[in-house]
Amino acid sequence: MSSYKEMPIAKALNAGIQKAMQDDPKVLMFGEDVAELGGVFRVTEGLHKEFGQDRVFNSPIAESGIIGTAIGLAMRGYRPVTEIQFDGFVFPAFNQITTQLAKLTYRSEGFLKMPVVIRIPYGGAIGAVEHHSESPEAYFAHTAGLRIVSPSNPNDAYWMIQQAIKSDDPVIVFEPKRRYWQKGPVNLDTPPMPLHNARLMREGSQVTLLAYGPMVTTALQAAEIGADEGISIEVIDLRSLSPIDYPTILASVMKTGRAIVAHEAPTNVSLSSEIAARIAEHAFYHLEAPVIRVGGFDTPYPPAKLEETYLPDADRILEAVDRVLAY
Amino acid sequence: MAPFFQVRAKLGPVIPDNSIPMLQLLSPDGTYGVPKEYAKYGEIIDSISEDTLLAMYRDMARIRRFDIEAIALQRQGQLGLWVPAIGQEGAQIGSGYGVGPNDHIFPSYREHGVALTHGVELMSILKMMRGVNHGGWNPEETRFHLYAIVLASQVLHAVGYAMGVKFDGKVGTGNLEEDLAVISYFGDGATAEGDISESLLFAAVNKAPIVFFIQNNQWAISSRVDTQTTVPLYTRGEGFGVPGLRIDGNDVLANYAATKYHMDQAREGAGPVLLEALTYRIGAHTTSDDPSKYRDEEEVEYWKARDPIQRFETFLRRQGINDDFFDEVKIAGDALAADIREQTFALGIPPLENIFNHVYSEEHPEIDRQKAWLKAYEEKMGSHE
Repeated sequence: MSSYKEMPIAKALNAGIQKAMQDDPKVLMFGEDVAELGGVFRVTEGLHKEFGQDRVFNSPIAESGIIGTAIGLAMRGYRPVTEIQFDGFVFPAFNQITTQLAKLTYRSEGFLKMPVVIRIPYGGAIGAVEHHSESPEAYFAHTAGLRIVSPSNPNDAYWMIQQAIKSDDPVIVFEPKRRYWQKGPVNLDTPPMPLHNARLMREGSQVTLLAYGPMVTTALQAAEIGADEGISIEVIDLRSLSPIDYPTILASVMKTGRAIVAHEAPTNVSLSSEIAARIAEHAFYHLEAPVIRVGGFDTPYPPAKLEETYLPDADRILEAVDRVLAY
Repeated sequence: MAPFFQVRAKLGPVIPDNSIPMLQLLSPDGTYGVPKEYAKYGEIIDSISEDTLLAMYRDMARIRRFDIEAIALQRQGQLGLWVPAIGQEGAQIGSGYGVGPNDHIFPSYREHGVALTHGVELMSILKMMRGVNHGGWNPEETRFHLYAIVLASQVLHAVGYAMGVKFDGKVGTGNLEEDLAVISYFGDGATAEGDISESLLFAAVNKAPIVFFIQNNQWAISSRVDTQTTVPLYTRGEGFGVPGLRIDGNDVLANYAATKYHMDQAREGAGPVLLEALTYRIGAHTTSDDPSKYRDEEEVEYWKARDPIQRFETFLRRQGINDDFFDEVKIAGDALAADIREQTFALGIPPLENIFNHVYSEEHPEIDRQKAWLKAYEEKMGSHE
């Protein structure tokens, strides 16, 4: 019998990191303000007290330094978990992530493993100032050598962070910050599925709706409204953005014949662009309509008073559903 | 503030300001002497054996002969690129000998001499420059980490490694079998990168067991060192709480003594230190470069007169080392050159599947799919042979 506990995503991440640190003394947690404060979102609350200054510590405010030293710590046999405080602050570390972290295993012909986790709270809808609401996942999904995941619910958050920490490859965990306080049951005994599998969230027959991270909740709302209107929408939570679980996606699209990909990020050269291309390549004769991308506009993230319009909501998704059903 | 360099004309020769204090034990004419303020470094030289001195000379001559041969191999199209270190043998062999048996080294991409002192197969460096692989030696086995081409990137890795050493409790225990420190090499050009500032800071606040070793060879491709700094580079760490020392980079004994002393200190828990070895890149930045476009022969001549190998040879001859030794070294160098030529010619093209190997440590469906696709494609299109 599995035991379940109801908790929000932030708390599930906290419990997952705590479990990983209890299981393996080589796991470290560091970043800006993650120690006594527990991070600006309190995801690391209590860890400093439990594990001490040598395992949970505040870094200088220097993102390149956070990732660069994490690489060195991994070379020394540690499994560093790092926090980048906000999505828009990852770019000073971009060089260390893309030219070093992602390539060191390849460069060393496998001699070096890079078990580094980078946690990034991402996405909008929290009314924040500039650089606090972005969705930069496509930059990293484009880079070979990285693994990218994004949990959408507490159970996945609890397990995916642990699976990421156990991976010998670098994993970026994009955490849906606007859903941090969304509660759900966490199975404390059994992981739901491998880290890089997509999950069928809701069965449907007419349209496949693909989403990840904060947009999964929105996608499920859209499917609910659609059902009321007599439209049968199948919802898949991608969970993993690199690699992407194409077998699950293609099986669904071959069944429904229609696909919509929704995310907060701008659609230009995005995860949805790539997924649309792959669906066209591998399920062309099954398609009844073009694949539609629903995302943020191709602008900088707007001031907070405009973000409600910028971000896709259930209505924007349903408008796309109407379009694919019109073919 | 006095100018850092005596700049005789705009873009004139870069000649260092010799009024700045600098650790020098062998003067350019090969005379040994220990100024009293540097007595602690002199004590290290006092305990060095003649065998070690001769081994240092052999390695300096060996790496220069290797370098000359590598340039020739590049000119013949056998290497994609070569990065000469000629003129920097004093800094590299001297400091390499000062690194202890457990210590870890994080180089930039010109540290062939340091690599030699730590058991890296020289062919591994040629393989990389030929384009057979991106490195390919085992950094855990050699403790000499992979060459880093993105300037200063490796210095943060070195600091992280040193932080890990400290977390492991391998600093200042007094157990010389177990304790270790880290050294990271970079150039004057790299000091401009933000990663150097972040490295100094992370090392300082964590009191990490690390020595930062700058080889200031005066040029970053075509940019003079005063493009990168307005103060002497050995002072660069002061604002971070990292003390510095300038060394005559072409004095192999000073480099040995300073590195050994400060690595011992770091191992004992003294925290980070920054060494600036003042040297000169006699050759081009790489074989793709043409230094005659940006620097004067007069400046090169100034530095050739301070050649580290010639200086050390003069010193050794005064110690009674005769032609027999130097002839033997020359013959060994020519044999090495012939050997690497032969081995380089024999390097083929790596298997095509190497494109996909080790992108990840764990299984990855997209990599597997593309690897299988390429295999099928190659079979369909026929062999390239």
